[in-house]
Amino acid sequence: MHLINAILVGLKEIWANKFRSMLTMLGIILGVSSLVAMSALVKGMENGMKEALIAIGGLEKVRVEEQDIPVWQQHLADQAVGTTMNDVHALIRSAPLITMVVPEMRTRNITMTRGGKSISPWNFIGTWPNAVELNQHVVAHGRMFNALDDENARNVCVIGTAVRDALFGSPEQIGREVIPVGEFVNINNQRFKIIGMFEHYESDQDKKRRELQTAKPPEPKGTGPERSRGYGSMGSKGGSRSMGGFVFDLKNNSVYIPLNTMWLRFRAASGTSGTGTGGFGGRSSSGSSSGSGSTAEFVPDPRLSTLSVKIADIDKMDEALQQAKNVMLHTHKGIEDFSFRTQENWSEGITQAISNARMSGGIIAAISLLVGGIGIMNIMLASITERVREIGIRKAIGATFFDVFTQILVESVVIAILGGVAGLFTSNMLVKLLIILSPTENTPVITVESMFLAFAFSVAVGILAGLFPALKAAKLNPIQALRYE
Amino acid sequence: MALIELRGVSKIYHLGGEEIRALDNVDLDINGGEFISIIGPSGSGKSTLMHILGCLDSPTKGSIKLDGTEIASASTRDLARIRNEKIGFVFQFFNLLPKLNVLQNVELPLVYAGCGSRERRERAMEALRLVEMDNRAKHRPMQLSGGQQQRAAIARALVNRPKIVFADEPTGNLDSHTGETILKLFHDLSRKGSTIALVTHDPEIAAVTPRKIEIRDGKIAKNVDAKLAGQLDGPKFAVGNQPG
Ligand SMILES: Nc1ncnc2c1ncn2[C@@H]1O[C@H](COP(=O)(O)OP(=O)(O)OP(=O)(O)O)[C@@H](O)[C@H]1O
Ligand SMILES: [Mg+2]
Repeated sequence: MHLINAILVGLKEIWANKFRSMLTMLGIILGVSSLVAMSALVKGMENGMKEALIAIGGLEKVRVEEQDIPVWQQHLADQAVGTTMNDVHALIRSAPLITMVVPEMRTRNITMTRGGKSISPWNFIGTWPNAVELNQHVVAHGRMFNALDDENARNVCVIGTAVRDALFGSPEQIGREVIPVGEFVNINNQRFKIIGMFEHYESDQDKKRRELQTAKPPEPKGTGPERSRGYGSMGSKGGSRSMGGFVFDLKNNSVYIPLNTMWLRFRAASGTSGTGTGGFGGRSSSGSSSGSGSTAEFVPDPRLSTLSVKIADIDKMDEALQQAKNVMLHTHKGIEDFSFRTQENWSEGITQAISNARMSGGIIAAISLLVGGIGIMNIMLASITERVREIGIRKAIGATFFDVFTQILVESVVIAILGGVAGLFTSNMLVKLLIILSPTENTPVITVESMFLAFAFSVAVGILAGLFPALKAAKLNPIQALRYE
Repeated sequence: MALIELRGVSKIYHLGGEEIRALDNVDLDINGGEFISIIGPSGSGKSTLMHILGCLDSPTKGSIKLDGTEIASASTRDLARIRNEKIGFVFQFFNLLPKLNVLQNVELPLVYAGCGSRERRERAMEALRLVEMDNRAKHRPMQLSGGQQQRAAIARALVNRPKIVFADEPTGNLDSHTGETILKLFHDLSRKGSTIALVTHDPEIAAVTPRKIEIRDGKIAKNVDAKLAGQLDGPKFAVGNQPG
């Protein structure tokens, strides 16, 4: 008997028992649709994560962080100098696999004030101009400070939009774009000039939502509490945030000032002294102008908070890190008081969350498919018991073992395939529904692979569930089957 | 050479240590074109003999040659093919598939033979015409009388142009009048050249056939060939009043 015929017979049999077959398919439908929908959700999360990863500088960015001195080097602790400008220059000189080195100096307890308003920015960073490039910043208005600003330790700053919102009011409140370039602010009671502002960073999702909101008529002013987009804003924005949304908040809540300005204006005040190991005049060939060594003058803490580097080639990450490590071990006199933090480390946490989601989704789908398979097997067993006589007749007039086997197997597979197709439709509806219910969530993306996978699984389940009943039916002895009442 | 040759065929069942000889050392020849009745009391082994002759079952021992090929030791797959190509069955309970219509039922052996749908349809309609059921082709078995169902079943047995047709109590489930028309149909088929073996426990039916084989306790008790013996002039009922 031809396969086409077998399939037609199977379809007929299923059609003859419509209701029963539908119920049987339900398990497969659930399994397939949960598999596809779950993987669509996970894919949405992944997309959100990728977006965030790019926003924080991509995988090429590696941060060098201070680390506790390993136990076996504890006796050298008093010689440890921390990460300093020496490392920066050494890396630029001797690590060709590293294309960019950006020193960063951070200070806590910063308050920026203007008029009656104030903000404590999450990131208050003294750095070099190339930080813009490394951290994927875009200066939308004004300019980034330059090498000259740094050398002269000028009191200039470049701010993120969240800082602008807090000090000057957000465009939503004012009703027009606010560009405070050229204005002055007080930072810990020192006068700084704003020379530039970054663009407003947000995920595609948030952008979409913002556009959705502006499309609606604005709420009447003056009702409800005034909203701020400062510190507490993460919760008050309401609704669900997209994956990695905080990355954008973090970027918006930044203030950049020249490294030397930071060192002289803020580190000097913060107290801890160290041995000056190289000047901060940095790039000028002459010795440091800001005093070095053992002058009676108070020497600011020269240690960098972090040091960010950009790897030339992401495929040579390990080599580049090894090179950087060698160079830095040299400047650190062999004391390993630093470590490298790649964005891989950062993304690992989220990857873990995603793989957890994938795992639980997979388990749900697998259980549904298993239950669906058991349902099919159950129905097929009931069906062949019902049709013992039919099978006997078919065998008497010439059906072989193989004919009967394929007939039953095809019926089972056809049920599974129909269930699978229905499941794919259901999953599409499900995902559409999810998007309608929460349009600002990371948009679930149905992938072709997941659909193939789910479909293949449903067919496999159909085959596995049909094997035993088909075998049982095909092995029936025609005489006994004919005598069966 | 005979169409079917049985030599020393036995079928032995074991039930709880007890040995049941459903067939006991049977020798039998059936020639092409013969019209035979197999008669005997209940439990004598008629059905068992028919199943073995019809390749539905294999004997415990002995040899069976169908059309010159040995089938006693054939595989189930070969047996299925032989049943499909060379043998037609008619059962007491008609055994049509209720979900298929008459035409589809008659086509079924051809489906397993691998015929194309067009040839299937043509040959099935031809077989239905032979039993005068072509006007009921689209009916379901449940919409037919017992006699009509049995005629459809006969059409199914004939559709693959078998070497021999076996009928196990084909009239057992019909009233006497309908039974007679079915018998007449077999007789016509026999006259047109079909080889037919008819199992019955009714001596009146057995009397109709030229050859009569009587079974008792799994053994052939009598084997009477009317033509050879010159005892029987012909069928008891008139053949002339058949339509067509
Ligand atoms: N599967 C089996 N297991 C054990 N014994 C069996 C089996 N099949 C048949 N028999 C026995 O074989 C003997 C012959 O059975 P068979 O069905 O051939 O009788 P029959 O002549 O067709 O009877 P009836 O006229 O009632 O149909 C019986 O005694 C029966 O009990
Ligand atoms: Mg019987």
